[in-house]
Formats: sequence, C-alpha cells, structure tokens
Amino acid sequence: MTDAPVGPDPQPPTRTRWSGGGAHVLIAALCALLGFAVVLQVQRTAAGDTLAAARPDDLVQILDELQRREDDLNSEIAGLQESLGRLQRSGDSSEEALAEAQRQSAALGILTGTVPATGPGVSIVIADPDGRVPPEVLLDAIQELRNAGAEAFQVGPVRIGVDSAFTGSGGAVVLDGRALTAPYTITAVGDPPTLAAALAIPGGVLDTVRRAGGTMDVTQSDRVTVDALRQPREPLYARPAQ
Amino acid sequence: MYAVLALIVGVAVGLLVHPTVPEWLAPYLPIAVVAALDAVFGGLRAKLDNIFDAKVFVVSFVANVLVAAFIVFLGDQLGVGTQLSTAVVVVLGIRIFGNAAAIRRHIFKA
Repeated sequence: MTDAPVGPDPQPPTRTRWSGGGAHVLIAALCALLGFAVVLQVQRTAAGDTLAAARPDDLVQILDELQRREDDLNSEIAGLQESLGRLQRSGDSSEEALAEAQRQSAALGILTGTVPATGPGVSIVIADPDGRVPPEVLLDAIQELRNAGAEAFQVGPVRIGVDSAFTGSGGAVVLDGRALTAPYTITAVGDPPTLAAALAIPGGVLDTVRRAGGTMDVTQSDRVTVDALRQPREPLYARPAQ
Repeated sequence: MYAVLALIVGVAVGLLVHPTVPEWLAPYLPIAVVAALDAVFGGLRAKLDNIFDAKVFVVSFVANVLVAAFIVFLGDQLGVGTQLSTAVVVVLGIRIFGNAAAIRRHIFKA
C-alpha cells in the first residue's frame, strides 16, 4: 500500500525524487481528505445519528441499560400502584369508620338529648287547673312512655335525659331545676298508638291525672319534633375502659 | 502552506457536499481522522525541525490511517472494539500532544 505513490520507478526513494510537484499534490490531497473526513465525522456526530453507526456490542450494552432502566421503572410503577391501592383502601375504610361514627353519634345524641329528634309520636297536654298534679304523675307519664318504647321526650321546654329529675310539689313542678307551668306539654317520639295506649291503661297516668282534678289530651301524630336540647355532660370520673 | 490550503478546501468541500458516510466505513472514520491528525501534527513538527520528508509524511499518514482502522476492525472482530478504539485514541492523543508541545516550543520558544 505504501508502494502505491512510489510510481513506476523502483529506485530507492530519495529526497529529490519526493520533493517534486507530485509529492506536493499527494500531500495536498491527503490534507484535503483529512479536512473532508473531519467535516464528515463532525456532521455525522452533530446529526445525533450515532446509534445507526454504533457497534453491535455498544448497541447491546445500550439496550441492556435501557432494559434495566425499564425494569427499574416498572418495579417503581408497581410499588407506587400498590401504595396507591393501599391508600385508597384505607381511605375507603376510614370513610366507613367515619360514617359509622356519625351513625353512633346520632344515636347517642338522640339518647342523651344533645340533638333534635323527629318522627311519629304523641303530644300530651296535661291541664292542672287546681294545681294538684304532683311531679310523680309527670314522672309516671315519662316512665310509661319509655316503657312503651318512646325514644325521645321533652316536657315543656326541657328535654328529658338520662339524669332528668322531677322535683317540687303539686302545682309547682320543677324539672331539672326549671319550673314548669301548667298545662304541661309532653312530646314523645315513638309508636303513636302504643304510646297512647300506655297512658290510657286503667289505673295509669290518665286516671291519676283525673283524680287530681286535671285533664289529659293525647294527640297522635305522624310527625312530632323534639327540639329542646340538653348540654352534653363531660363525665368527671368515668373514662372509657380499655 | 499549500497543505493548509488543501485542508481548508477539504473542509469546504465537506461542508458543501454533505456526503453520507457508508455504513462499513462509519466505525473507522473517527479513528482514521484521529490517526491522520497525528500524522499531520508529526509532519508539521518535522517541517519546523527542517527534517520534513514528503515520503515519510505520506507513508506515515496512510499507514496511520490503515493501522488505526485495522486495529478497530480487529477489535470489533474480537469483541473488544470499544476498548481498542479507546486505546487507539488515547495513544494517538498522547502523540498529538507531544508533537503539539514540540511545535509550541518551536513557535513560542517556550
């Protein structure tokens, strides 16, 4: 290959023979070739089409790298999806827990009288013109209603709670520290016929009221509202066990 | 001087023509360019040392390019093409730096 430029003359190469115009042309051609190749390579690199010219080994390496990265990303996706599902599930269950807690809170609120209650029930008006109806009669009335399945009561403006107490005497009945004035109005939520029947049993509240010179009207209704409220009481000593 | 002119002409032709590199040549072109650069720097240094020989230049140029391409080809066949390419570039780079240092000493006397 190095013989090519030597030419037809097999003479030992000397400086004089090589310093002619031919050598200059050859050198110029080589330099031009170099410049051409440099530009070629630079353009090829700048075009970014290096993958097309890359060696199979390099391509395999790049492919491996990409596949490893893909695997990593896939496992990352799986992990994130799993945690997303977990969070969604826990979100669902916490929602359920919240709804359950709200249901319980509503039930307890009706029981303790901290929330208004409405539903079918009876309105009872006990008139006491002689002022002789004792607090026991009202207490009996409440007991009878409770036995008959009433779920929420109020007497006049006072809601009946678990710690309600009738005190005072006939004509001056006091309920939970508030004086009641006749006629006494009792509103109870429950099954209306049952509640009415419970008050009307012989020797029951109705008879007692009559003996005391009063009258009692029971009005059954599809919808009565018990809207007097009690303040919730924080227990001083008792704490939930467990 | 005509060599520099030829270099510029080559660059200009390359810029104007926008040729495409044949597939089989693509892996060898960068190495060949570096090898040719080595030869050119060597020739420039010889010129400055006043020992420039056109034959030496031409032969070293062609031989450099061919040997570099052959080494890369061999490396590809042996499965170590990338590593051998790196080795060739490193060696040629060192030579280019050495020649460049000699040229610098000639021009700047430092």
